[in-house]
Amino acid sequence: MSDTPQTPRSFQEIILRLQTYWAGKGCAVLQPYDMEVGAGTFHPATTLRSLGTNPWSAAYVQPSRRPTDGRYGENPNRLQHYYQYQVLIKPSPPDLQELYLGSLEAIGIDMALHDIRFVEDDWESPTLGAWGLGWEVWCDGMEVSQFTYFQQVGGHDCHPVSGELTYGLERLAMYVLGVDHVMDMPFNDPDAGIALSYGDIFKQTEEEYARWNFDVANTDVLLRQFEEAEAECQKILSLAAEDPKTGKRIVMAHPAYDQCIKASHMFNLLDARGVISVTERQAYIGRVRALAKQCADAFVQTRAGGWSPEASA
Amino acid sequence: MPDLLIELFSEEIPARMQKRASEDLQKLVTNGLVEAGLTYASAAAFSTPRRLVLTVEGLLGESPTTREERKGPKADAPEKAIEGFLRGAGLSRDQVEERETPKGNVLFAVIEKPGRPAADIIAEVLENTVRTFPWPKSMRWGGGALKWVRPLQSILCILADEAGHSVVPLDVDGIASGDVTRGHRFMAPDPFSVTSFEDYSVKLKRAHVVLDPAERAEAIWNDATNMAFASGLEVVEDAGLLAEVAGLVEWPVVLMGRIGDDFLELPPEVLQTSMKEHQKFFSVRSTKTGRIERFVTVANRETADQGATILAGNEKVLSARLADAKFFWENDLRVAKDDMSVWTQALENVTFHNKLGSQADRIERIAALARELASVVGADPDQAEEAARLAKADLSSEMVYEFPELQGLMGRYYIAASGRDDAIAAAAQEHYSPLGPSDDVPTAPVSVAVALADKLDTLTGFWAIDEKPTGSKDPFALRRAALGVIRLVLENRVRVPLGQWIFMRLARTNVHIEFTSKKYSTDEVSKLVEQVDPELAGQFRNSAFQQRYDHYVTGATLKDSEAKSIDLLTFFHDRLKVYLRDQGIRHDIIDACISIPDGAPAVATPNNDDLTLLVKRAKALNESLSTDDGENLIQGFKRANNILTQAEDADGVEYSYGADVKFAETDEERTLFAALDEAEAKIAPAMETQDFTIAMSAMAKLRTPIDAFFEAVQINADNQTIRRNRLNLLSRIRTLCLSVADLTKIEG
Repeated sequence: MSDTPQTPRSFQEIILRLQTYWAGKGCAVLQPYDMEVGAGTFHPATTLRSLGTNPWSAAYVQPSRRPTDGRYGENPNRLQHYYQYQVLIKPSPPDLQELYLGSLEAIGIDMALHDIRFVEDDWESPTLGAWGLGWEVWCDGMEVSQFTYFQQVGGHDCHPVSGELTYGLERLAMYVLGVDHVMDMPFNDPDAGIALSYGDIFKQTEEEYARWNFDVANTDVLLRQFEEAEAECQKILSLAAEDPKTGKRIVMAHPAYDQCIKASHMFNLLDARGVISVTERQAYIGRVRALAKQCADAFVQTRAGGWSPEASA
Repeated sequence: MPDLLIELFSEEIPARMQKRASEDLQKLVTNGLVEAGLTYASAAAFSTPRRLVLTVEGLLGESPTTREERKGPKADAPEKAIEGFLRGAGLSRDQVEERETPKGNVLFAVIEKPGRPAADIIAEVLENTVRTFPWPKSMRWGGGALKWVRPLQSILCILADEAGHSVVPLDVDGIASGDVTRGHRFMAPDPFSVTSFEDYSVKLKRAHVVLDPAERAEAIWNDATNMAFASGLEVVEDAGLLAEVAGLVEWPVVLMGRIGDDFLELPPEVLQTSMKEHQKFFSVRSTKTGRIERFVTVANRETADQGATILAGNEKVLSARLADAKFFWENDLRVAKDDMSVWTQALENVTFHNKLGSQADRIERIAALARELASVVGADPDQAEEAARLAKADLSSEMVYEFPELQGLMGRYYIAASGRDDAIAAAAQEHYSPLGPSDDVPTAPVSVAVALADKLDTLTGFWAIDEKPTGSKDPFALRRAALGVIRLVLENRVRVPLGQWIFMRLARTNVHIEFTSKKYSTDEVSKLVEQVDPELAGQFRNSAFQQRYDHYVTGATLKDSEAKSIDLLTFFHDRLKVYLRDQGIRHDIIDACISIPDGAPAVATPNNDDLTLLVKRAKALNESLSTDDGENLIQGFKRANNILTQAEDADGVEYSYGADVKFAETDEERTLFAALDEAEAKIAPAMETQDFTIAMSAMAKLRTPIDAFFEAVQINADNQTIRRNRLNLLSRIRTLCLSVADLTKIEG
């Protein structure tokens, strides 16, 4: 605590410090997944890699989209596109809480002055067929992270258990930087020759997407894309493990999972357009969950998912 | 006699589970110890967010040696029997005794269990407790298989006496016991060892941990109220929140903060709910105006800046939260002033139940029903209908989406803001009531009309689609709805023929479902539903829909509706019995007043479907039966009824009228004739005017002449004319009493 680093000065500095911190703790620092997702958990580095027995340790930033949260860039705290920082370590180490608190210190939160609390918050993702127990972590009454011990993903019990940390980067950074409106937050060094705020980069896109998400997106197209993704996912998974061209055993868990992610995002867009009724909602979520479960089933049939010719023999 | 100290140290235990968990720890461990023969003087359990603690004082150092004698089979019993006995006793043939008994030589096993040291027993009991602990939800972590509420980090388990302390050795999935614990996560994180419970408590407090949750709660409440008082304010009491907050901290530090001026005009319920639900803040209000002006938060640590940073952070978070609330409030007010049509339209897309249509469909039904009920409860029909249309509009509002528990209340604010009459606004809040047996019942006529309409629609709707409560399952809270109707009716003295109302609604819903499932167009359906309303059914002639109408309405659907309404009315009666039982009125008394003859199909009658009248009769009967005359009258009535029934069975005729005083032979007979004449003259008009007390007491007065009659007169006289006359006289007793209540239903 004696060598608490100086307070960071920009959004990107907070991200860089988290990257450095978790790299220093041995995590593979991955890059964001290149598809639209609702949260960092959807990245296959979390969803799929939390399955099976192979050890795993990864950290990454994940741009996340929640179309219904769009506020045209006007709400100080709400965005339809935002960033999550995600850490997944399997098996969860015994000192994960201490490691996590260390990361808060790394971004300039002085433990001697702030009130950090672990408040019960059980996590459940109906679309991923996943749940875990843990907390939301409070800093002076503000939720700064989700801390979860995965118990089940895609309908599979997690053995061993992964520990997952999710930081809502904008909110955390606004707090650390003392900014009241997300759009006012310095993105790069505020003293740089070309200093850019969060708003310089995202105010316009928030407006554009809010309009499109809420009022313009063609629901017939979205619906068709949802159904196509669903059909493609199922088709991929229905194929035999052996590739007729190479003769190799290639279970296509990841391409199938991409389609599951796509279906999930289409559902979110349809939801934002307000064309999904409460009863239909459950049915759509159930359809995405069915895909996620099938992808999980497929992943545990791959080497990364713990499959081996010896074990299956 | 040693003392035992156990601490199970883990990552943060959810606040709501701590109390129960410390009680379970105490129960499981002490029960286990006592079962193994280790008795103790006293025990106490405590919890903090990170630890469950049990202290047991005056424990036996070892369990007593026990000696058990078991009688076995005879010495010459078959080999199998003897083998079984030996296996059960865990002994060999030469270890059992053979004793002479009157039945011959019998085997006896003497099993001596030597006492065991306390530590051995404790280790076993504690390991078993940890492995089988009844957490509401538990989890695995890392690579292990052990389950606990959150990762279990260490186990402290020591036995201490005058000579010193020793660790009770045990190991649960790699977690070995010791005498070491840690203090506050941030203020005193270093491990330290302890020698006894006293030593533990003292060192913990020095390490910034208050072990006893009651002590933490008291400290929080004292500090909070003192702090508020010093500013001329008071803390809004909330026992649940206090217990929860005490479970979130090991070292409570109370801080009072400000609410931004911008937010002070929000409705107090919104401020309070937002602060409590999101931030677990207490509300602090002005003692003069009652307005909520500040908040109290409880931090888990002291800081060099006296909590200034923490408080500033909390104020900032609250501002963001309240900015959301204010945003919702202002947006909602705009919609409210713009007539709320956006909200009511949005409810068209919200499914209430897939067989019962959308929320909008439901509201349409409730509005129609509220209009019909208005005249009965003394409300203006237009107001009742409008109130019903708006009562659930707030379900589409942003505030209620955020805080579902504010439904109804927000509706009241918004309807008032739209400039409507307060009676309509109040109905939005009050129509959900009563929610339970002790909840207040609305009395304002418009609220009563909407509340009744809402509940009756729910009940008839779910009855129509066969979704009735079964056993402990009542997912749509239909029992609560029925009790709500009962209380609304009784406490407002509403006079409605409930059975008829139910039938009308059920038939309408049934027909609607029937036609919808046959895929008629919406227009057709709505016309039909309108047409087949049983009220109008009589006038319904010669329509293009005649054929369908005949098929569905006069056919299966009508019969089905009838059966279901009778079933629902019976459900109401059952709920009524439960409700009145709590007020000291026996179920058989209500049965007597419902007065449906045995074996007859239950139907709605004026006797049983007007609940207000029914209860009035039940109360009068109850009162009458609690008098000496009343109680004895029952005996007299039953005697008369039995003799009469037997005679009717034997003779194959019904004795119903024709008793003539001229065939009376005794004074007692003549007196009874006179008494019956007098009683009839009183009872008939009293029943007519529903003056049940008069009717009942007139009936009870028959007791003396009836008793005297049975005392003096033999019914089965040889003279058949006299016998018939007396039987006909008994029939007069029966008829008269049954006109008051079905006394055959009275037990005992």
